Amino acid sequence: MNEQSTNGQQHSTLESGSAAAGNVLLDVKNLQKWFPITAGFFRRTIGHVKAVDDISFHVLQGETVGLVGESGCGKTTAGRCILRAYDLTGGQIYFQDHDGKMVDLGPLTNNEMKPYRQQVRMIFQDPFNSLNPRMPVIDIVGDPLKINRVAAGKELEDHVASLLARVGLRPEYMRRYPHAFSGGERQRIGIARALALDPRLVVADEAVSALDVSVRAQILNLIKDLQEEFNLTYIFVSHDLSVIEYICDRVVVMYVGKIVEVAETEELFAQPFHPYTEALLSAVPNPDPRMRQQKDRIVLEGDVADPANPPSGCYFHPRCRYVQDQCSQETPELREISPGHFAACHFAEELTLAGVTASGELG
Amino acid sequence: MESPVLIEIKNLKTHFFLDEGTVQAVNGVDFTIHQHKTLCVVGESGCGKSVTARSILQIVDQPGRIVEGEILYHRPDRLSAAANGEWTSGENGANGNSSTEIIDLAALDPRGREIRAIRGQDISMIFQEPMTSLSPIHTVGNQITEAIKLHTDMLDDEADEHAIELLRRVGIPRPEERLDTYPFELSGGMRQRVMIAMALSCNPALLIADEPTTAVDVTTQAQILELLEELQDEFGMAIMLITHDLGVVAEMADDVVVMYLGQVAERGDVDSIFHDPKHPYTQSLLKSIPRLGVSRNRQRLDSIRGMVPDPYNRPSGCMFGPRCDHFMPGRCDAVNPPPISLGPEREVHCLLYEDE
Repeated sequence: MNEQSTNGQQHSTLESGSAAAGNVLLDVKNLQKWFPITAGFFRRTIGHVKAVDDISFHVLQGETVGLVGESGCGKTTAGRCILRAYDLTGGQIYFQDHDGKMVDLGPLTNNEMKPYRQQVRMIFQDPFNSLNPRMPVIDIVGDPLKINRVAAGKELEDHVASLLARVGLRPEYMRRYPHAFSGGERQRIGIARALALDPRLVVADEAVSALDVSVRAQILNLIKDLQEEFNLTYIFVSHDLSVIEYICDRVVVMYVGKIVEVAETEELFAQPFHPYTEALLSAVPNPDPRMRQQKDRIVLEGDVADPANPPSGCYFHPRCRYVQDQCSQETPELREISPGHFAACHFAEELTLAGVTASGELG
Repeated sequence: MESPVLIEIKNLKTHFFLDEGTVQAVNGVDFTIHQHKTLCVVGESGCGKSVTARSILQIVDQPGRIVEGEILYHRPDRLSAAANGEWTSGENGANGNSSTEIIDLAALDPRGREIRAIRGQDISMIFQEPMTSLSPIHTVGNQITEAIKLHTDMLDDEADEHAIELLRRVGIPRPEERLDTYPFELSGGMRQRVMIAMALSCNPALLIADEPTTAVDVTTQAQILELLEELQDEFGMAIMLITHDLGVVAEMADDVVVMYLGQVAERGDVDSIFHDPKHPYTQSLLKSIPRLGVSRNRQRLDSIRGMVPDPYNRPSGCMFGPRCDHFMPGRCDAVNPPPISLGPEREVHCLLYEDE
């Protein structure tokens, strides 16, 4: 518990450092989500998968924050906790209400959550599973409007038509069912549904991962355009660093339920302070065959640690190139290394890690 | 310098006969795979890249079948010698003067002995989803030794030894113990390594890898790609790598085939594809990917307008015509562009280059 309180202190410095720069829309503090592992006839709990283990970060009004990491790092769980699709194990999620007050979404009941569900919306990864195949597009996009009594009848139809037009679909198609659309078009429907209630925060969970290259660029551009038009704030969850770099203002790197690094995108990619971030950047294949020889790719040993049974000390130490004795014993805290740049590594100051230079080479 | 030809695909057509109509999944594809080289086939979903690979092994799912074309397999001597004891070659058998025998894989019976002897022995394949392509009810050891015992006359003990050696080679720790584990006990990266070990068990001449890293994380992807490169140096097999990720292509390929809607758009060596792309599709594809370090400075990505057409309603003329910025009315929608040669092993299917 000692660890938690120090983390809390750390976070308050974080806030005072950067909150002045803008208006904090979402402030996540010491968020925890543990899933029980049960066994036996009585489903006794024998342990926990610490999917998200004590993470703190904030999101400013109008910015795009990326949550990046490998499968099992807790980035999706963190996104779903913010939507309160899961009940929290611990921590607070402060969301700025319309009147500027910060409300903790954590303890709210389903009924109390209702007004906030209009303001925090989600775009899902798989455009095939996230749309009900038995509902026509007008119902998929229009139901949130109906349920929240925003519009009905002819007005609803007009509203849906304008939403569809805005995401680049022809309004005449609103009576069609999802199967009549391609992957990219379905993702547009998903985006229209997320935008139907004029949300303030949109959590996009791997929103372009299932799409083809040429369509992915269209959707990324659309997501950017909509942000300008509707003054949206995004939390963009992805494993794809090149997409993250393109779309995000700030990036949160996660590893096995913990945050290992937070920084502005440019700074994170140019000068990472955590060895895991360095390895992630190095692992991204560079789409230029002439870079092949120059690149000294870091290949990590082994697999991502098991969140039910994480290693001691720093969770990354069994795979780290720069591991020292201290790493297996003490858990590093997320510390501010340079202004606005946080890393959880004992040796962040001493290591000189390679980032990606502007020309795409590894510096 | 130029290494010998291993597989020559000529005008391959694989169609699927469905109730709704015929899907021309692969419609007139030509390319060549060289020994010891890596060929990457790149394209978006539905472009026919996987069906092309499956056609080589004659494992196209029903109701699809090869309707036209040739897949000429130039069997290396080492494998001919091994196989000749068991069965005599196909109709194009070894000539007196040439030592390599040429087999037309497209003409073989998909259920026949000849193709079954080639699968796993001469040509093997790894798939995208290691969880669904490994049997969940057989141990890892069982699945690897099955292929070994089928194609060689090794005894059980020897096959086990060989399997352990292979697992060690693909970087699985404590391979002796892993032999008795089931796939569900392994992580995604480990399963893909088991698949690779199984595919290499008979030292094939060609390894077909169908999106081998799409389902795994970036750091695991880096491990698997590195492993494939090492194994290629060691075993000397050719690799046909199917992917939609241009980054992977740039890292791995010697030669590249760009496919669009069942046809080849462009093919050539990796450097010319990335630095001198000719086909408008290749050009826009390269512009539409976000690049690390570069994309921050650019406001918008160039995207290709529209989407891949419905396979039942293919456009007339050039398949890419409706989405192309260089579309020439009256020509591009009238003729399906023939291959235009721009040099050795360099071809583009586009009317823009007709005069050259």
